[in-house]
Amino acid sequence: MLNQFMQSRLRGLIILAVILYALPAFLSNPFHYDLATQMAIIAATVVGLNLLVGFAGQISLGHAGFFGLGAYFTGIMTGNYGWSAIPALVVGGILVGILAWVVGRPILRLKGHYLSMATLAVGFIIAIVINNESQITGGPDGMPVPPFDVFGWELSPFGTYSLFGIELNGSQAWYLFAAAVLLVAVWLAQNLIDSPIGRALRSVHGSEVAARVVGVNTARYKSLVFVISAIYASVMGGLYAHFQGFITPAVASFDFSIVLITMVVLGGMGSTMGVILGAVVLKLLPQILTHFQEMEAVMFGLILMLTMIFMPKGLLPTLQLAVSKRLKKRAGGQA
Amino acid sequence: MLSEFLQYLFTGITIGATYALIALGFTLIYNASHVINFAQGEFLMIGGMTTVSLTAMGVPMLLAIILAVLLAGVFGILLQRFAIAPAKQADVVTLIIITIGASIFIRGLAQLVWGKEYHVMPNFSSDEPIRIFGAVLNSQSLWVLGIGAVLVVALVLFFTRTLIGKAILATSMNKEAARLVGIRTQLVLMLAFMVSALLGSIAGVVVAPITFTSYDIGIMLGLKGFVAAAIGGLGSGVGAVVGGLLLGVVEAMTAGYISSDYKDAVAFSMILVVLFFMPRGLFGAKVVERV
Repeated sequence: MLNQFMQSRLRGLIILAVILYALPAFLSNPFHYDLATQMAIIAATVVGLNLLVGFAGQISLGHAGFFGLGAYFTGIMTGNYGWSAIPALVVGGILVGILAWVVGRPILRLKGHYLSMATLAVGFIIAIVINNESQITGGPDGMPVPPFDVFGWELSPFGTYSLFGIELNGSQAWYLFAAAVLLVAVWLAQNLIDSPIGRALRSVHGSEVAARVVGVNTARYKSLVFVISAIYASVMGGLYAHFQGFITPAVASFDFSIVLITMVVLGGMGSTMGVILGAVVLKLLPQILTHFQEMEAVMFGLILMLTMIFMPKGLLPTLQLAVSKRLKKRAGGQA
Repeated sequence: MLSEFLQYLFTGITIGATYALIALGFTLIYNASHVINFAQGEFLMIGGMTTVSLTAMGVPMLLAIILAVLLAGVFGILLQRFAIAPAKQADVVTLIIITIGASIFIRGLAQLVWGKEYHVMPNFSSDEPIRIFGAVLNSQSLWVLGIGAVLVVALVLFFTRTLIGKAILATSMNKEAARLVGIRTQLVLMLAFMVSALLGSIAGVVVAPITFTSYDIGIMLGLKGFVAAAIGGLGSGVGAVVGGLLLGVVEAMTAGYISSDYKDAVAFSMILVVLFFMPRGLFGAKVVERV
């Protein structure tokens, strides 16, 4: 029965929900809540990126570009044009999706390193435009973003709210919201993975030529998943902008693109729960390493290298393999 | 008018020659091991920074340069031996992340040793600029071009005339077959990383008087080298040189005639246009995918 539960496709979602529900027991101040909120938003971005990298086997080194576009579109529309948050997120997502489709068609014909080169270039161009068009974006200094709002009701990290009679401060309310968003993001991704589209994608990852031979329109599916992962990034970028209340071009930078892809690979490509773990670890690591002060970058690089050398499949898949080996051994011993 | 154009052309060719050397380093490692080495830019940084700090300690410049280049070579060997070789079964993207980890690590070390400031390096010869048709040519540009040309010729000779060079070529073509004829492929891979590091650090030294140098100079230069290699076609030596020069000239022209804020954007747009029409770059080999 336990085995059946472990195989169930809802397993991950349920475990994640339990963790997200129990987490506040370990969070003692608004700073912790804010960190957890950032983690949830970035984890949801990475879940989207994983659809492209882990399931379709395509490398993107420019995903922060889409994240940044979403963040700036939302920031500009709600800040300067008085839009409400939800329409800004939706329209931003649609526009970024269209952009991804337009650039994705020619890019996704490319293989391996050429694909990484092309996505890197797209990300860089977006970041350079955001940096230079300072009349609209505030340039390198960044720009303020109004709080998230629905029908005039605002969600600000500095407000106080009550839910079912429980008093919540703004950071706690944002955490609950971000946790819910992450669960929805994972649920959508799981459904996509288990759909015929997901099976087609995995066949592209396995062998693109074989997939084409059996009649899978590989170009169409690759573009589709590229667009979906870009929309994930755009919407999460928008939420991130509202949560932070201030954005700088760093959200669209090459560095951040590298952070995103590293989260996917470190956590375990193709494992939704794995990449969430990757996001958590990579977000926590600098917090822990600040104790090493000037050794921070050295330690970070070293840990990244060693993990990838000794766990090339990523943290979670390696751990899972170790645990299941252990269990099998024990079962064998008893029989 | 002409002087303006010449001025931009000189600037472009000089920086382009540097890009070409970085791109050649990428090509070398890519050919030998199919790894894209994102730590390539750090070799430049090691070259420039070590030379600066050794000369500051009173070491004569030529000796300082030789020591700096050797140090970079050692880092190249260490990178292959301790980071790439143990992970040979890993995915392409995993290897990319490993080299990124290595570059963060090396940059972190550099920051520890040298701090975050920019460092100035004197020209190799006189500071007196050369005037040609009203354009000003920094004497260091001649050093960049001269040394770049010498290195390219030396590489060609190395790969066509020496046994070690041929062994690297053989390994890049077919590792199994190379091993069967008695080539120690692990040693060859290490050599490829070392030669690539030497190339990168020399580029870093010759360009340092023009660009200044700092612990993080390698990030952007390394990326530009990758762009140049991709424009030319990954794996092609001619492509790396042509791609580097083309990229340098286009950048300088954009900065001069359009806007220096957008010179990097033009470089990255160029790679998109090239890949759009020629998915394997200008000189990339046609590869039939084996199933």
